[in-house]
Order: sequence, then structure tokens, then C-alpha cells
Amino acid sequence: MSATSGSSAETSAADRITAVADRLRAAGECTPRPARDPVNEPMINNWTEALGDRNPAYPAVAPPAMIQVWTMGGLHPERSEDDPLGGMVEILDATGYTSVVATNSEQTYHRHLKPGERLAVTSRLEEVVGPKQTALGEGWFVTTRSTWWSGDEPVGEMMFRVLKFKPKPATQASVPPMVSRDTAFFWDGTKLGELRIQKCAACGALRHPPGPMCPRCNALDPTHIVSSGLGEVYSYVVHHHPQVPGKQTPFVIALVELEEGVRMLGELLDVDPEQVKVGLPVRVRFVPSGEFALPAWEVR
Amino acid sequence: MTPPGGWPTLPELAIDVTPTFVISTALATRDFQDVHHDRDKAVQRGSKDIFLNILTTTGLVQRFVTDWAGPDAFVRNVSIKLGVPCYAGETLTLSGEITAREGSEATVRVVGRNSLGDHVTGTVKVVLP
Repeated sequence: MSATSGSSAETSAADRITAVADRLRAAGECTPRPARDPVNEPMINNWTEALGDRNPAYPAVAPPAMIQVWTMGGLHPERSEDDPLGGMVEILDATGYTSVVATNSEQTYHRHLKPGERLAVTSRLEEVVGPKQTALGEGWFVTTRSTWWSGDEPVGEMMFRVLKFKPKPATQASVPPMVSRDTAFFWDGTKLGELRIQKCAACGALRHPPGPMCPRCNALDPTHIVSSGLGEVYSYVVHHHPQVPGKQTPFVIALVELEEGVRMLGELLDVDPEQVKVGLPVRVRFVPSGEFALPAWEVR
Repeated sequence: MTPPGGWPTLPELAIDVTPTFVISTALATRDFQDVHHDRDKAVQRGSKDIFLNILTTTGLVQRFVTDWAGPDAFVRNVSIKLGVPCYAGETLTLSGEITAREGSEATVRVVGRNSLGDHVTGTVKVVLP
């Protein structure tokens, strides 16, 4: 639970979710849900065509990874009373956890399935864990175990885990930058798509962040150049906590050494934090934020 | 026992994840969740675009291994964990290596990457002919 939560409404939602989870877990294996269609060549062919799978073993046998396809609920699913995932989805939808992503699937197949076999699936609820703060938002992990049957014969099993989460509200405005007479030229530039670097009119030295006096010759006569916007990651941090207004954690803040030789901070966008390394080539990207445009980096 | 020189790595498989690919595979796996075919709904739910469904990722991991193992191989197990989403517009590159072999059964470790990072990591157990 987040540090700021804990109101009675949230507690009761968590209690309601846990109560449903306990009841469904205690109920064990649900009644078998039959597949709409028997294993069949047209659906196998649609699958292999869509996935680009040219394995000549198909469609005489079905791709093993299609096992879950045969018993999918379809466009207008009808939930059986005791279907554990359906029951958890219902209570989580009702408590605001309306979005879903699958996170894990572990499937075991006992033999090839052939056209004509009609499958049924049974499942049970294994575990419900939450509420958890995730990159997508607050949510609950729901784990089920399913068995597929051809008649009395178990032909495959699956552990399946989904995250049911509250989608985060549209990004709040970030904290706006402080603008002074020394820094106005910089923020005027970002609005025009220019990354400006302060330059001493007396000695020509470049400097960032901006200030009134040249640290090399002490002249009080700043001007600026426009950077190419290209540089490399000089150092970086991955910010996980605490939450920052307008940001989804984790995010990467990179100190970038620009081609012109000065270093500048900014968020490194659209990158897996695991993939960031010192020396990563980046270019500037301007992100509109209220009346400002914030300089950020993207991998090039 | 690992043979001298180690186990072979599998040929890479690059998938051009077009919007058509995301949608046709979602429908071929009978997954009608709106985030796999309706960009407006996907964005409302906090995603950048429509994205691959897990049944397709499982199928692609299986295909990656059988492309290498051949039509007489039997896939016994596909276990995957999803990481970053695979949005329309991405290229998904699957790579893998054998990590164990017992009799005719090999365990292949598979990673599928896109521009955001690892979309899928997992293992496939396959009985080789």
C-alpha cells in the first residue's frame, strides 16, 4: 500500500478483495469449461498465418502454444459462476482495478493435439497478492492454475499470472522551472527547439548551468550558442522513489556531456533503465510542459 | 555435460511488429481485449499504443525454437515472464541458447528484446527428434 493510503475506503476494498480471493481459493478447481470448437485446421491455419509460423507439422497437429486459444472466452465471454479468474476480475473491476496485463505464463504440454479433439479447461485460484505499487499503477497480482482435458485425459497445464491495476491518471503537470534573468535565454530557446549554451562574450568559454559571471575570466558579458543537441551519457541515476509530480517511476535522469563540451541534466526518455550505460549516445528532445518546453534526452 | 565449445545458440528471429501483426495475432489467439486492437482505448488505459498479447508472445517463443528444432521436435513446456510491452511499431528480436540437455530434451533460454528493453524472458523445453 502506498504511504499516503490507508483510508477506511481503501482498507475495505482490500478486505473485500481478500475475502473474495479466500472464498475462490477455498472453492478449488472450477467446473470444466468446454471449448467453443474442437481443435480444427482453420483456426490452426489462422494462427500460423498470423504468427508467421511455417512449421510443416501444422495443421495435422496443433501448435502446442495454441492450447489456451481453444478455450478462450471469445468476444462475448460468459463467465461460469465458479471461474476463479472471472471472479477476481469482477471484484477488482468493482474496486477500481479496471486494467489488466498478463505478466507470466508457464505452459506444459503432454502430447500433440489433433483436429477433432474437443478440449475443456478447469482452473483454480492459486494466489492473490496486493495491493502493489507497480510501474503501471497500483494493482493486484492474480495467479491461477489451469488444466486442459481431452475427455478424461489431462493434455496440458498452465500457471497464469495477471496484474489487475488502476490506470494512472493522465500525467500531472511537472513542476515548472524557475526562470531568472540569467536563465531566461535558455528557456526562450527550448520553446524554439534550440538547446542554448551560455558563452562568455569576452573569452569565449562555454558554461552550463547559466550564471551572470564567466568562471574563467570573470567577465559579466554572457551571450550564447545553439548546441547540436548531441551528446553522450556522462553519468545517470535511476529514480525509483519517492514519487515525483508528473513522473512515473522508475525514470532515468542523465548527465549528458554535449559535443560542445558542457554537461547538462535531463530525463532520458523511452529507455529501459537496465539498458542505460555511460557513453550511451543521446540527442535532445523537447517535451512540452505547460508554458515551457523541457529539454530531455533520447537514445540515438 | 556441456560439450566442448558450449551449446549452440539459436538463429535470431526478428519480428516486425506492425499494427496489423498485433491485431491479427490477437484475433487468431481469440483475445479480444481492447488494448490489443484499439489504440484509443489502449492510450486511455495508460499505454502508448496497442501491444502484443501474451498468447502471441508465447506462440512466438515456441516458433523461435521450432524454427530451429524442426517439425519433428515436440515442445513440452513454454515458461515466460513479460517485461516491457511490445507496442505496434517495434521490432521484436528473439535470441536464445541451449542451457541444458538431458537425453533428447533440451532446455532453451529465450530473450525477446525491443527498443524499450526485454519484452520477454523465458525457457522452452523441447524434445528433439
